[in-house]
Amino acid sequence: MKNSLKNSIKEAISGYCFIMPNFIGFMIFTFLPIIASFFIAFMHWDLITPPQFAGLHNFVSLLGFHREGGSMVPNDPDFWKFLGNTCFLMLGIPLNMAASLLIALIMNKKLKGIVFFRTIYFLPSICAGVAIYMLWQWIYNPDFGLLNTLIRKLSFGVFNGPQWLTSTQWAKPALILMGVWTEMGGYNMILYLAGLQGIPPELYEAADIDGASPWQKFWNITWPMLTPTTFFIFVMSMIGGFQGGFQQAYIMTGGGPAGSTTTIEYYIFNNVYVWQHMGYAAAIAWVLFAVIFVVNLVIWKYGGKVIHYI
Amino acid sequence: MNAYIKDIPVNDMLRKDAMNRFMRDLLTYILLSIFGISMLVPFLWMVSTSLKDTGAIFTFPPQWIPAETTWYASSDGGRCAVRPLGDQGMDRVKVKIIEGSRKDEIVVVLKSAVTKEWKVKVMWRNYARAWKAIPFGRGYINSLLITLCVTIGQVLTSSLAAYAFARLRFPMRDYLFMGYLSTMMIPGVVTLIPVFVIFKVMPDMLNTLFHTSFWTTDLYLGNFYVGKPVGIDSYFALIMPGLFSAYGTFMLRQFFMSIPEDLEDAAKIDGCSLFGIYLRIILPLSKPALATLVTFTFMGQWKNFMWPLIVANSEEMMPLPVLLASFKGLYSTDWSLLMAGGIIVLVPMIVVFIASQKYFVEGIQLGALKG
Repeated sequence: MKNSLKNSIKEAISGYCFIMPNFIGFMIFTFLPIIASFFIAFMHWDLITPPQFAGLHNFVSLLGFHREGGSMVPNDPDFWKFLGNTCFLMLGIPLNMAASLLIALIMNKKLKGIVFFRTIYFLPSICAGVAIYMLWQWIYNPDFGLLNTLIRKLSFGVFNGPQWLTSTQWAKPALILMGVWTEMGGYNMILYLAGLQGIPPELYEAADIDGASPWQKFWNITWPMLTPTTFFIFVMSMIGGFQGGFQQAYIMTGGGPAGSTTTIEYYIFNNVYVWQHMGYAAAIAWVLFAVIFVVNLVIWKYGGKVIHYI
Repeated sequence: MNAYIKDIPVNDMLRKDAMNRFMRDLLTYILLSIFGISMLVPFLWMVSTSLKDTGAIFTFPPQWIPAETTWYASSDGGRCAVRPLGDQGMDRVKVKIIEGSRKDEIVVVLKSAVTKEWKVKVMWRNYARAWKAIPFGRGYINSLLITLCVTIGQVLTSSLAAYAFARLRFPMRDYLFMGYLSTMMIPGVVTLIPVFVIFKVMPDMLNTLFHTSFWTTDLYLGNFYVGKPVGIDSYFALIMPGLFSAYGTFMLRQFFMSIPEDLEDAAKIDGCSLFGIYLRIILPLSKPALATLVTFTFMGQWKNFMWPLIVANSEEMMPLPVLLASFKGLYSTDWSLLMAGGIIVLVPMIVVFIASQKYFVEGIQLGALKG
């Protein structure tokens, strides 16, 4: 009895020793900053003068409305605009997923040289980053870029192609298109491929005996059996989508033209780094968290029902 | 029975089946190639642009093969290189002679007398120019240093903690683990703000605390600036926050849970210490999970952008992506130079990927199953 007590104390002490390095880092760089940023959200702080308690002021100027000439006007129209931009850019998520699924379906065959194609498809998502964004900015060049040249050639010079990144209308679709190119052969495709390989072949054999068409097999076997994968990818992409979009915009458009590609993440970056509005940045970050949290709740509540488990 | 089989033209059916399969495979290869080409074309465009002369970029229609175009005007006396300046009436064009004894003379000639020739001209010099324009060598060293430290550190701290969470019993263990889990939902930008503040105010605080000015001085290693000791523009700030990861801990813990405990029990009876079990049993059995964490941390860190952008102020401290971004700011329309710089940054990444893609694919699938 005495021995076992001694042993469990010993185990507890080693347990704490094992987690100690990670735990200290976790406390300093994750846990305490989360608490701190919550308090910072209720302050005005420019890092030069000491922080001042501001109550709900940051949240009011962020989310509130005021009356102006008889109509309600948001206190911070930029925030709503940037939230709208973020959501608009997230329209790329279903496109990405459809493209990834399509490629996975084509790849899901035991053919020679499939690894070679997989390598090529994966390349853009591996390389995605500053260099690739620079490349696409050049591709989107209205006069000498690859894309508009192609459009001009294919239409025999009738269409000139839009101004892409320099037009407020086309900048966001341009970013979405680039996103589809970089992501469609990447992580999601591999996930879909794994999902496809997990479907029991007996299901298809049974369908063959019943004389099902390929289309019927897709809608009645493949798609339902893939719903867990689809759900996983969708949830992860939504979470990523709300807090993304900084890097592309920073490199390619600087958030413009006229703020049309600035996302919430970019707005937070500007508040932290450019304007040093620490309190306001923290308030935006927490509102962003709330948005992600609520959207997730909704997805889980209604999305859970469409999943078919094996 | 025998007669029944004989009636079916087996050979014919097999041949038809093989034919069908062949057509299907052909169609698949065609589709695969279409997607493959659409993936590769932008990269080829990048290579093509990087090898062009600055003047050759802004030509219409754009050429795939880097070339130089020259106009020649020929008259009965001979021919010489000219530069067209504009139309002069319907069938004449004004040109400026750019070689020979009549150099810089402007003449009007018949359009039909002017011919265009182009010859391949590959500008390997762009790469040398890019390499000289920006300290890519230093950028490589920075990226490698930061990425290696973060990857090794993160795997080490995560696996130690994951082992404790998976196997050892100690008070508060499950509450602590829940704490780890719950922070994973919170966006990175939430913690970014206070962590930035920590590094911003840290050097001055340390100075007042110890009554020195050491914490804000510039450090040199020989002739090389190696940043400040701590705070903004220091390797410390670039590396430190990456060393700890709740996600890595979570993933490894889930994997460790799936390892059968019998082996450990046997080792315990033989008198193996807990650290010995972690080192000799758990780690060797978890190679796939560790390989996954290594590849993902490595790639994530190599591409990490926002934090180094905020923390690295001087060019000497920037890792490659930030360096490339600042390079772009300097040469915003010199596309051949920018593309050359981009390729310099991409090539090692592509090489590493091709060498380690097996781990990637396995890792993604493993991560999805566990996560």
